[in-house]
Amino acid sequence: MNFFKTLINGIIKENPTFVIVLGMCPTLATSTSVNNAVGMGIAATFVLICSNMMIAMVKNITPDKIRIPVYVVVIAAFVSIVDMSMAAYVPALSKSLGIFIPLIVVNCIILGRAEAYAGKNNVISSMADGIGMGAGFTLSLTVVATIREILGNGTWGAGNWFGTDWKGIHVMPGNYDPMLLFVLAPGAFITLGTLMAIMNLLKNKRS
Amino acid sequence: MGFFAKIFFMALTALFVQNFVLSRFLGLCPYLGVSKKLDSAFGMGLAVIFVMTLAGAFCYLVDAYLLVPNGLQYLRTLAFILLIAALVQFVEMVIQKNSPALYKALGVYLPLITTNCAVLGVVLLNTTLTWPDGKTYNFLDATLNGFFSGVGFTFVLLAMAGIRERLEYADLPESMKGMPIGLILAGCMALAFWGFMGFKM
Repeated sequence: MNFFKTLINGIIKENPTFVIVLGMCPTLATSTSVNNAVGMGIAATFVLICSNMMIAMVKNITPDKIRIPVYVVVIAAFVSIVDMSMAAYVPALSKSLGIFIPLIVVNCIILGRAEAYAGKNNVISSMADGIGMGAGFTLSLTVVATIREILGNGTWGAGNWFGTDWKGIHVMPGNYDPMLLFVLAPGAFITLGTLMAIMNLLKNKRS
Repeated sequence: MGFFAKIFFMALTALFVQNFVLSRFLGLCPYLGVSKKLDSAFGMGLAVIFVMTLAGAFCYLVDAYLLVPNGLQYLRTLAFILLIAALVQFVEMVIQKNSPALYKALGVYLPLITTNCAVLGVVLLNTTLTWPDGKTYNFLDATLNGFFSGVGFTFVLLAMAGIRERLEYADLPESMKGMPIGLILAGCMALAFWGFMGFKM
C-alpha cells in the first residue's frame, strides 16, 4: 500500500517539474519533440531508480560529512552507463539529446531525491520513489513536448523510436503553417510559463 | 584566423549567438532562482565566471594529459564532476582564507555551483567543440571559452534580475506571480537573442 502511495506522490503531489520546479534545463532543452522527451524521461528515470536504490543501500556505511560526494559518484557512474548504452543502442536519440545525457549528473531532481528521500528510507521505498519521480518527470516532459511539437511541427510523436522511423500522428490539418517559435528556445520558456500559470490558477480556484 | 579574431569570435558566440542560458538551456536553475535581486545575481555571476574559467582550464588538462592518452574518455563525466566539486571546495577555502570580503560576497553561491549544469556543460562542450576550420580546442581556447561562457551567463542573469526587480511593482494576476512570469520573461529575452542567430562569421 505504502509502495503505491510513494509512487503516486512523485507523479502528482510532488511532481518534480511543475510542483517542486527542479531540473529545468533538461525540461526545456529536450522537450522539442515527444520522441526526445520520452527518451530523456526514460534515461533520467533509469538513473533515478538505480541511484536511489544504491544510495539507500550504502546510507548506513557513508559518513555524514562526505555523503554528497558519495551521492555524486554513484549518480555519475549510472549516468555513464546510460550514456554509453544509449550511444550504442539508440544512436539517433543519443545524438539529438547530445550533451543533456551526461548532464543528468547535475540534474537537481536526482541529487535532490538522494538527499531528501533515499538517504533516509529503505531500498524498496526508495525504488518506489525513484519510479514515481521518474514517471512524474517523464509525464511532465511529455506534456510540454506535446504542446511544443503540435504547435511547432503539426505532428505528435514523430521521430526515430527504437530504430524505426515513425512519421507521427498529424494532429494539425495539412495546410497548417507550423509556428517554428515553439520548437525553438523561446517557445520552451513561454510554453512552460503558461502551463505553470494555468496550474496555479487551478490550484487557487480549488482552495 | 588571427588570435584576436578568434577571441572576438568566441566572445560574440558565447555572449549573444549561442548564449548559455537562452539558447543552450544550461544553468537555468540559478538563472530562475537567484535572479530576484540585482546584487545577489551579481555575486552569483562573479562566482560562476570564476569557477567556469578555472574548470575550463583544469578539465582540459585532465582530459588531454590523463584521460585521452589512456583511452579513458568514457570516464569524462565522472572525472569532470569530481574535479569541479573539488575545485569549488578548494576555491571556497582559498577565498575564505585570503579575502574575507570576497568570501562574504560569493560564499553562499559557491556550493551551489557544483550542481550548476553550466559548469559541467562548458567543460563537456570543450571536448567536442571545434573551430570552423575543424581544429579542436587547445588549452587557451578551453580556458577562454569557460570565461566567456561565464560572462554570457552573468550578462543575462543581470538583465533578468534588473527586469524582475522592476516587476515587483507590476500588478500581476495572482497565478502569474513568481515562476510563471519569470519563465515568460525569459522567453521574451530568448526571442530577442534569437535575432543574433543569423550572425555568421
